[in-house]
Amino acid sequence: MNLQLKIWRQQNAGSKGKMVDYSISGVESDMSFLEMLDVLNESLINKGEEPIAFDHDCREGICGSCSLMINGEPHGPDRLITACQLHMRKFKDGDTIVIEPFRAKAFPVIKDLIIDRTAFDRIHQAGGYISVNTSGNTVDANAIPIDKHKADEAMDAATCIGCGACVAACKNASAMLFTSAKVAQFALLPQGRVEATERVQNMVRQMDLEGFGNCTNTGACEVECPKGISLENIARMNREYLMATSKG
Amino acid sequence: MSALIKSSIARKVVMALSGLFLVLFLLLHLSINLSSVISPETFNQWSHFMGYNPLVQYLMQPILIAGVVVHFVMGIVLELQNNRARAVKYAQFKGSANASWVSRNMIITGLVVLAFLGLHFYDFWIHEMAYKYVEVNPQDPTRYYAETVEKFEPIWRTVIYVVSFALLSMHLWHGFASSFQSMGLNNKYTPNIKKFTKIYALIVPLGFVFIALYHHLNPLTH
Repeated sequence: MNLQLKIWRQQNAGSKGKMVDYSISGVESDMSFLEMLDVLNESLINKGEEPIAFDHDCREGICGSCSLMINGEPHGPDRLITACQLHMRKFKDGDTIVIEPFRAKAFPVIKDLIIDRTAFDRIHQAGGYISVNTSGNTVDANAIPIDKHKADEAMDAATCIGCGACVAACKNASAMLFTSAKVAQFALLPQGRVEATERVQNMVRQMDLEGFGNCTNTGACEVECPKGISLENIARMNREYLMATSKG
Repeated sequence: MSALIKSSIARKVVMALSGLFLVLFLLLHLSINLSSVISPETFNQWSHFMGYNPLVQYLMQPILIAGVVVHFVMGIVLELQNNRARAVKYAQFKGSANASWVSRNMIITGLVVLAFLGLHFYDFWIHEMAYKYVEVNPQDPTRYYAETVEKFEPIWRTVIYVVSFALLSMHLWHGFASSFQSMGLNNKYTPNIKKFTKIYALIVPLGFVFIALYHHLNPLTH
């Protein structure tokens, strides 16, 4: 199929970017979206032009590297997948596809479609861990009985791959779904309760410091999340935060 | 405590609590207004009570005004912060693909309701303050019904009221249930809260629309 592409090009973090039009032909319906970009880049290289920079790693939908806003939706029109798992069969011959980086003040563009998501790393570093004595007599985590329902909920929260689609989809560029998933995966387990009070306060403080927006509960993040992280996590984080703050 | 005031979650809780307070107030307001359709005498009695009872005037009224001010000031603060959080906008953003129009445009419906409140205060509250404290008129427990019905004689005012209530309905449609989520309540009761929100968001504004239309269609006989 033949496609028209409108792609964000930006030389570096300091420069001003713009949308650039490209035409591509010979796209197969069984190509992944990133393979289509590979084909475009090969043709650009052959013409002596600079290829389009975009993030990718596993191409199996589990690393969270790809960060493309495709036709106004993070990871494109499909649900519960990342951009690398999106296939060209979702598009028709002659379609125009608009490709942009995820946009947020806290996710500055590094180059073209690549953004800096270290804000997520800093939120994680603020409390997304448990302190365990590893001096040689560490207790096996599985020795503590945990309610199956809670263990499943914690596991669901832990499936967050930190891709940033929640921020990209949110009209306010809020990071509440990401932060709440990281809070919830620990808050639900006995090992995580020990540092629960400090964790939620530190992670929310860092989230606010990074310049993300506020949550309006539109639910866009939940719909666009490739891992189906639930809004229930945001309510849980709010509860945890209010209880932690009331303790002082 | 200062961390609580500075945090985005606390700001949303303030928004939720002030919103829920205003939701409750709407029900009280509607109940009294409905009496104007059923019995002018009862409406006069209620209005006189609300206008002269010291507890209502000096405690409940300031709390209500504070509730409105906190809700809209916080709403505007949040909106400005949210705009700053995405300095470079998308060339294409398909908001309708993953969220309802009302949830994405609370600022629009909220500002329309705020503008309506300006007219509503001009129509009733400022008039009442002038009557009591500027003109220093004596108490008259029989004047309220006629004053209210008179207001709905012009079609333009009735239309503004009806349109504003439609926007209020949209605001409640998202805001009511959203308040519970902001306060950390998302559990087995949530589906029922969402259903109740939709019923409330339709019934209460429709009640106000009915009253405005009723008085417009049944003017006082001069």
